[in-house]
Amino acid sequence: MERSLDKPHTKIMNNIKRNIRGAYTIWYRDVVRFKRDRVRMFSSLGMPVVYLFVFGSGLSPAMAEMGGGRIDFKQFMFPGVLTMTVLFTSVFSAVSIVWDREFGFLKEVMVAPVSRVAVALGKVAGGSTVSLFQGLIVLFLAPVLGVDLSISQIVTLIGLMILLAIMMTALGILIAARQKSMEGFHMLMNFVLLPMFFLSGAFFPLRGVPIWMEVLSKLDPVTYGVDPLRQVSLRALVPPDLMHTIALNPLTYNVIIMVSFAILFLIPAVWLFGRQK
Amino acid sequence: MHSIKVEQLVRHFGKNVAVDDISFNVESGEIFGFLGPNGAGKTTTINMLCTLLRPTSGRALVNGYDVGKQQALVRQSIGMIFQDPSLDDKLTGRENLLFHGMLYGLSSDDFSDKSTKLLDMVELAGREEEVVQNYSGGMKRRLEIARGLLHNPQVLFLDEPTLGLDPQTRRHIWDYLITLRERQGVTMFMTTHYMEEAEHCDRIAIIDNGKIVGLDTPKALKAMVGGDIIMATTDDNEQASRRLRKSHGLDTRIGPENELIMETDRGDQFIPEMMSVLTDQAQGTIAVKSVYLRRPTLEDVFVKLTGHAMRDHNAGDKEKVRSGMRRWRGR
Repeated sequence: MERSLDKPHTKIMNNIKRNIRGAYTIWYRDVVRFKRDRVRMFSSLGMPVVYLFVFGSGLSPAMAEMGGGRIDFKQFMFPGVLTMTVLFTSVFSAVSIVWDREFGFLKEVMVAPVSRVAVALGKVAGGSTVSLFQGLIVLFLAPVLGVDLSISQIVTLIGLMILLAIMMTALGILIAARQKSMEGFHMLMNFVLLPMFFLSGAFFPLRGVPIWMEVLSKLDPVTYGVDPLRQVSLRALVPPDLMHTIALNPLTYNVIIMVSFAILFLIPAVWLFGRQK
Repeated sequence: MHSIKVEQLVRHFGKNVAVDDISFNVESGEIFGFLGPNGAGKTTTINMLCTLLRPTSGRALVNGYDVGKQQALVRQSIGMIFQDPSLDDKLTGRENLLFHGMLYGLSSDDFSDKSTKLLDMVELAGREEEVVQNYSGGMKRRLEIARGLLHNPQVLFLDEPTLGLDPQTRRHIWDYLITLRERQGVTMFMTTHYMEEAEHCDRIAIIDNGKIVGLDTPKALKAMVGGDIIMATTDDNEQASRRLRKSHGLDTRIGPENELIMETDRGDQFIPEMMSVLTDQAQGTIAVKSVYLRRPTLEDVFVKLTGHAMRDHNAGDKEKVRSGMRRWRGR
């Protein structure tokens, strides 16, 4: 009664092709939805602008000594705002699968002949792409703040944002993989995401902070995303001998830590997501 | 040939037994209905058959493929219409179909050919470039049906396909499904808790508390109840019941509105006899306020087989969200 298809190697090839196509479909859907949602695209610029120009302008007199007095507090905050945009967009787009799985499109994906691993990886790619786009929109604020960026700086920033986006989308999927409802969402927001964000040094320098905060910030993956973004975007403003006043770790060290966190989140995320009930 | 073959299928959720050792076959080209109250195990069964849930024990074959071992093959050969809306409402009708085609590996020629035909069939041609958000509830459902058929499935699973739709749209959807079976010979497995709807099925399995309590054609099931149903409101049900048992050997029961319910072969002739028994002056007159006669329905079959009425179980949180979503769909 049980049937099977032709030769084993064509079977494996078909399998791989089908799953790549499946992951591509999930990614493509996120991109199409993002393109369509112009309102979201520009309204997401709102928070960064508010933070930079209200918060940043208000605190800049008190923070005059930054980077040896060469940079304004708004400029210091800019990479933090970039991080904020990528961080929240990534996690939200990943966590939306909870809702999507119970009452939406993902249900249809789950009965399609595509493996769960491909679906999860497609979602990581989709969420990361969307948050990269959002980050790029915020990048346009740089000239307004007097942060001039060269092509090589922009390319490096994009690379770092992609890495940060993948890491945070993977974390989002890890959180969402076993969640059945959106009820825990506020908890997640208040007790995981906001602390992660504030402890990362996005809005204030992590120098001379209490020891508990220093320890927590070292455990916080986002710290290793803010730091390199800051070093690269302010490279032209702060002379190399003063960079240590705003930087924490060498660039490559940050990248290695981010890659490690990304793998650390991704493997259990894909595994949990793929497990059948 | 059997399109679906289910052998001693069981599914537990913790200590709860949702599906309790069920076995049945669905013939190719048949419309097979699963009828039962909410929480009876209908959706659990459908989720096992479409590989969303793993059976605790037992075996099920769909189109000859084992749902536990050959999931990709099962999935490629079936179409699904879910209980809850599963369209992406930010996308257009065409894009929803396109993504489905991509997931099932349709070539682009195949896709444009099939999607045009199906949009025509569900009368959505000309509306496909609109965002699904602007569709009515019935249009969304029709699009889901078209989508479910896009990859030529041999079996179509429909989980409460007309839930939350108005009666007119419901009739419309049924017209499609029946035409579909006639034209393409697609096997359909559906769950419903609408009695009238179950009548359209070729065969029905009645499920209660995870067990199949009856399986046959609607006609044969109703024949189990026998003749006609008579409902009478009297001012002394107990006395009336006792008298009718003595005079005609009839078993009666009390309905939800405190009416006396009985089954008999020739209801039209029985009513005058019943009246004379109940109003017999020698035994004391029992006042009869109303008498009503009807043909048996599947509801009566359900009551006969399970001993209780088909009522909705308490709605859980998820059920509440569901009904909200349904309202959204019904817009």
